[in-house]
Amino acid sequence: MFDRRLIENFDWGFLMVISSIGCLGLVVLYSASSAGHEAGIVSVLFKKQMVWMGAGLIIMMILTIVDYRELDKLHLFIYALCAGLLVVVLIFGQISGGSRRWLALGFIRIQPSELMKIALIISLASAYSTSVSQTGINFRKLIKPAVLSLIPFALIVDQPDLGTAMLMILIAGSITLFVKVERKVFVTLFIAGLSVVPLFWFMLKDYQKDRILTFLNPDRDPLGAGYHIIQSKIAIGSGMLTGKGFLKGTQNALSFLPEQHTDFIVSVLAEEWGLLGVSVLLTFYLILLLWGLNIAYNCRNMFGSILAFGITAMIFWQIFINTGMVMGLMPVVGVPLPLVSYGGSSVITNMVGFGILLNISMRKFSSH
Amino acid sequence: MTEFGKNPDREWLKQRIIGVSVCIIFAFSVLFLRFVYLQIIKGEEFRILSEKNAVRLTGIKAPRGLILDRNRKLLVDNRPSFNLKIMIEDAGDLKETMRKVSQMMEIPFEDLMKKISDAGQGAFYKPVVLQEDISRDHLAIIEAHKFDLPGVFIDIEPTRHYIHNKTASHLLGYLGEVNNDELLGGKYPNVKTGDSIGRYGVEKSFETYLQGKRGGRQIEVDANGRTINVLKTVEPITGLDLKLTIDLDLQQTAEKMLADKHGAVVALDPNTGDVLVMASAPSFDQNDFVGGINSKKWKALMTDRGKPMSNKAIQGEYPPASTYKIITSMAALEEKVIDLHTTTFCPGFFKYGNRVYRCWSKHGHGNVSIIEAITQSCDVFYYQAGDKVGVDGLAKYAMASGLGKKTGILLEDEKKGLIPTSSWKKKRFNEPWHRGETLSIAIGQGYDLVTPLQMAVFIAAVGNGGTLYKPRIVSTIEGSQGNVIKEILPEVSGRLPAGVKTLEILQKGLLDVVETDRGTAKRIRLKHVKIAGKTGTAQVFSVKSGEKLKTEHLDFYLRDHAWFICYAPAENPVIAVSVLIEHGAHGSTAAAPIAAALIGQYIHDPLAEEIETKVLEEESETE
Repeated sequence: MFDRRLIENFDWGFLMVISSIGCLGLVVLYSASSAGHEAGIVSVLFKKQMVWMGAGLIIMMILTIVDYRELDKLHLFIYALCAGLLVVVLIFGQISGGSRRWLALGFIRIQPSELMKIALIISLASAYSTSVSQTGINFRKLIKPAVLSLIPFALIVDQPDLGTAMLMILIAGSITLFVKVERKVFVTLFIAGLSVVPLFWFMLKDYQKDRILTFLNPDRDPLGAGYHIIQSKIAIGSGMLTGKGFLKGTQNALSFLPEQHTDFIVSVLAEEWGLLGVSVLLTFYLILLLWGLNIAYNCRNMFGSILAFGITAMIFWQIFINTGMVMGLMPVVGVPLPLVSYGGSSVITNMVGFGILLNISMRKFSSH
Repeated sequence: MTEFGKNPDREWLKQRIIGVSVCIIFAFSVLFLRFVYLQIIKGEEFRILSEKNAVRLTGIKAPRGLILDRNRKLLVDNRPSFNLKIMIEDAGDLKETMRKVSQMMEIPFEDLMKKISDAGQGAFYKPVVLQEDISRDHLAIIEAHKFDLPGVFIDIEPTRHYIHNKTASHLLGYLGEVNNDELLGGKYPNVKTGDSIGRYGVEKSFETYLQGKRGGRQIEVDANGRTINVLKTVEPITGLDLKLTIDLDLQQTAEKMLADKHGAVVALDPNTGDVLVMASAPSFDQNDFVGGINSKKWKALMTDRGKPMSNKAIQGEYPPASTYKIITSMAALEEKVIDLHTTTFCPGFFKYGNRVYRCWSKHGHGNVSIIEAITQSCDVFYYQAGDKVGVDGLAKYAMASGLGKKTGILLEDEKKGLIPTSSWKKKRFNEPWHRGETLSIAIGQGYDLVTPLQMAVFIAAVGNGGTLYKPRIVSTIEGSQGNVIKEILPEVSGRLPAGVKTLEILQKGLLDVVETDRGTAKRIRLKHVKIAGKTGTAQVFSVKSGEKLKTEHLDFYLRDHAWFICYAPAENPVIAVSVLIEHGAHGSTAAAPIAAALIGQYIHDPLAEEIETKVLEEESETE
């Protein structure tokens, strides 16, 4: 049953890229998580992250076994399961930092919105794979993908988790543009979008407007987000060309950076390793993304191509938003940096994505 | 329209993928260029800022809301306090600096070092408070030497100021520094370490309105930690003001008369439930709590036998004694076991089974009807009336009159007192109720316990025709421009379980207590204002039957408690007063004059001052 060609076709190069970024991430995390601790003590966070990475690798390998085309058949089930979890989290979820994102399952906590990203990509790939055409998608065929995207968006906005909700829309939008929509659909949607925004704006309460304005412009909150961005910019800038050296970042060590092991981990990298360190990481990320696109290109199956593209888009947006945010180019949102930021849910979700990419890559020569 | 089917068209796909790749490379170029801008072009600048940790946040405390009395007289405001602080990271040689500070401030060096170590590690760039509210002299010295004291600075912050020392301390309350559990508890989302929150009284129960919201500044500092540039400021939001129902003048008169006594005075507006006076003695000075009370003063307050920290108006539980006879009268009339004309012969005692229950008057009151019984407080009449109603019947009327449960005033830790029933005793002691015990209950002794506030609410209802009010202490919550944010309206909590006829009988009896020469409180008669009230003398220590000890020979803490509850003017009351003097011996002499002086002042009766002077004179005599 198991095809020997699959092992021959295993994408070792892609695995190498992932591993390299993972190792780089651990080095930075070691530094970030040692802030405020005595030297030489390996922090709990670092150890936990190692465990998550290991678990992620195993899940990734397991996901390569079954043909990804099974996902096409199961897409509604996967989607319903994740959406169900999102509903459950709204009712029973643990509140932390003012929003309900976590679901406690015995000794681990999961964040259903992370899993939903993958489920959404699979469902959209499935929906679009049968309706792609030379001229683009028409209105009628856009209904299903629109509904599929808006349900999780609404549920996640309700938590509220503006960052992840925004990520959902960006991923769905990217996939839609990738498969191409009819010109008149594009123009209509564009104009409709522009006209709905002000209408929507007037329906919001003052405090909601305030929250969104601060989200878009952190300077409105000089004691919170605005201050974090300033400190982050100082950390990044002070790294200069070659950085202050491993474990020598002062902004990091004195806890001037907020969330330095999760959302602001790039600042630690930039402070300690300078522009050189940043360039290495960005280069690896670029290779990773282009590799993902190559997998999408080489896939002989429409569902697989769109799926591979969707996962690549998910990785891209996380990198772009996170890095843009710490440099003051983007709203301050809690979007982690793939393979570098601390966090189990993020590690697992991305590893699941990479597993699917490897799966598609291995089966590029088999088509139905 | 051509559909691709399951397999994508190579050319189409290639074109899409190339398009996306270009987008990604473009996006990465933007990110890279931004890094170049921050790290190479502005790198030097940011390196300098990072080396001295030059950009920092400082908090700005929000002033708390003011507290006003019913006539808008200021009770509590804020004053500037000069707080001496240090930023440890800027201090250079910390010990040397602290040695200098210790000399200039005359604070032991060890105390200063302890404050620094108590502040804990791990909190980088958080100033440590060395001394709050330093004197002008010290301020001058520190300012003059500020260049020798790296890291040390003065922060001018608003601090609480109680304008009238020791006035309404229990009602207003005080503040205390927030602790870790409270910070983590999430009840006060805007409160930060080092902030103060209400710990007692109105300051506590209205904390969320009073506290306001912190502001802050983004600042740039030089190498010595001194601010050279304010980058951004968020102004703090002042807390909301409270307008109380208290009448400051009346409150102060009450407290003056309570000085050197132990007890409580409550005055209410019978038509709204507004608390005009709430005084409890002994009292404490709230200003001692500003900036943290010292342990010696705290210990003294905690060990004082007079319990200065307890608000006796709502937390003191006392036997109601003869004031309870109003309840017994009401129950007996309503249950129709007596009427206006029923008389009882009082020989000075009442034989019940093989026990003799004494009337307070050894010689007896002769033939008494209900009006006479109230006026002269005849025990024998109530032994019989109470026995006919029974303990559970009495309890029903007491509970419906608001006794045995909290009044619902917005202050913490109100006590509810105790109204016993037969089932309560069964549950509590696993013993059946004895009918003889009902006789004690009927005259307000035995298990019965009430608070002065409960009795004030009750007597106000008798005076106003039967409406029980939830006592109100705050009438409006206002913004700093006097704009009303929230109005707290008077709230009816129930009705006395008595018909018009019963109330009229009670009112007549209470009026006669003061206005007839046989009345137990005839000595407090005012010139124009007619007071209706009831005295009470609650036993603390039971004397063996037959023996009669003179009060003066009893140890102070074994002497009887004195009660007086009343309302005035009798025909159309505007004030109801409840006075309890612990170990005051007799209601008529220790408690009643205080109530009369307050009423007289409130309604402007010419005799008020005379009575007040007499109360104050007697006080100095007992000294």
